[in-house]
Amino acid sequence: MILSRRSLLGGVAALGALASKPARAADYAIMPEPIGEGLWLVRGADAPIAADNGGAIANIAIIATPAGTLLWDCGPSIRYARALRQVAEQLTGKPVVRVYVSHLHPDHGLGLAAFDPAIVAALPGTIDALRAQGQGYADGMYRLLGDWMRGTDLVLPGRTIVAAEEAFGGRTLRLLALSGHSAADLALIDPQSGLLLGGDLVFHDRAPSTPTADLGTWRASLDRLKALPHGGVVPGHGPFDPGGRAAIDQTRDWIDWLDATLTQAVRDGIDMVEAGEIAIPGRFATMAAARYEVQRSVAHLYPALEAALLPRVDVRD
Amino acid sequence: MWAAHARTLFGDDPVRFDPRVKVVFPMIAENQRAFPVVIDARAIAGVVRMLLLVDLNPIPVAIDYRPVHAAPYVATRIKLDQRTPVRGAVQLASGAWLVSGGWVDAAGGGCSAPPVSRVKGDWAQHLGEMRGEAWPMAGGLARLRLHVRHPMDTGLVDNIATYHLEALRVKDAGGRMLGEMDIWAAVAEDPAITLMVEGGAGDAFTVEARDTNGRDYRALLPMARQSPMPGGR
Ligand SMILES: [Zn+2]
Repeated sequence: MILSRRSLLGGVAALGALASKPARAADYAIMPEPIGEGLWLVRGADAPIAADNGGAIANIAIIATPAGTLLWDCGPSIRYARALRQVAEQLTGKPVVRVYVSHLHPDHGLGLAAFDPAIVAALPGTIDALRAQGQGYADGMYRLLGDWMRGTDLVLPGRTIVAAEEAFGGRTLRLLALSGHSAADLALIDPQSGLLLGGDLVFHDRAPSTPTADLGTWRASLDRLKALPHGGVVPGHGPFDPGGRAAIDQTRDWIDWLDATLTQAVRDGIDMVEAGEIAIPGRFATMAAARYEVQRSVAHLYPALEAALLPRVDVRD
Repeated sequence: MWAAHARTLFGDDPVRFDPRVKVVFPMIAENQRAFPVVIDARAIAGVVRMLLLVDLNPIPVAIDYRPVHAAPYVATRIKLDQRTPVRGAVQLASGAWLVSGGWVDAAGGGCSAPPVSRVKGDWAQHLGEMRGEAWPMAGGLARLRLHVRHPMDTGLVDNIATYHLEALRVKDAGGRMLGEMDIWAAVAEDPAITLMVEGGAGDAFTVEARDTNGRDYRALLPMARQSPMPGGR
């Protein structure tokens, strides 16, 4: 097949016509499922952030207390967060009095713009990170999601979490300041239901994402969560883990595999493209978005591994 | 845009699409400042020259590689400015060009934001530091990986002048030229390059590079001793 330059150009133009159009937003479907006493889970899509899910990929929890309704994360956009608040307040019959933002990633907390910042609480490290990087994340979400994001501005949480617990009319929640998925990761234990809300420290049947990860401290945080008494676990992404161990163990297994595999790939002379195509063990077959996250993790982690593992070879004359 | 590039780059030589020119990259441009791309034309005999092209970048050519005593294979990382076709073009001794590639969906910014080392201001202390290694492969080839600390300034950002690596050669221990390339600032900061050159166990390779200020860089890459064969392609 010999193509003239003109027909080659035509082929390029045809490819261009397949370009994704700006997303026109539908409505978010927010369907809380009861998973414990006065605690509901709103499942995110176990998929990458995309126009067909409006960025609603993170798990959200709603907690009813005598003093009002609490939200664990509030979604990617002001539109999501407003719909979430309406659903939550109908469910509990009480207004939202606290929103916890588990960490800086936009799928979890960018919707906080829908609330009075005075009721939105996050770890100090999360607020610092949002101040530094939040606008960049917001810009990225607008590029990916278009109209779903309309009206969503970066707003910083107004309350810094410094205490290890917070009580709402007799329902006391334990707040755990951890890190590893990001520089500041909040986890929450609700003694009344026994449930652990892991934020993105814990993934379940959905591959973990690593854009801000420190794998060593992530491991330590998972060990700490495993050791703390709790019942079921709500992961940041993926299905509820009623037994409370499977999701933590799987996240740990993935991180260990990823770290060892990318390290060996650098030692074996593998390039980044090839590393992104490396075989994923069969035991991870249940994990959604696995190939996608491996390729992202190669972009996040590979350069530092190369800088550490490839020997210096320059010769100074 | 493509027609203009084609005329400049390919002159009157015939150009045709050929899927045996494998242009491989990840499904997502997670880092637009360093997007990895492989051009693998090992299924084609007699390749004398390979171009890595990023059509819609302000700097559309990333690498122009002549694999002299080397397999037609090159991997590197590029900057992406926007959603663009990324292409590999390989030339045969007859002059004919074979081209393939695909679209990369980058949201933009790679070429218009200053790279990190310039922000950190530490590039000068590390300029020209090189890391790398060579691994024996089947068929009398060695896989060679090289990283060079260099800002690779495009000249398109603020008042920072164009400053990038512009040439790189690989030689064997006897001084025989195995492969050489011209490089542009479309290649990511701190260029990372993987090649497959002729060589066997016990060989060592010399890499010579030069930047646009005329500064020369040299590296000596020994073959990895007990390393396993690369698990890659
Ligand atoms: Zn996250």
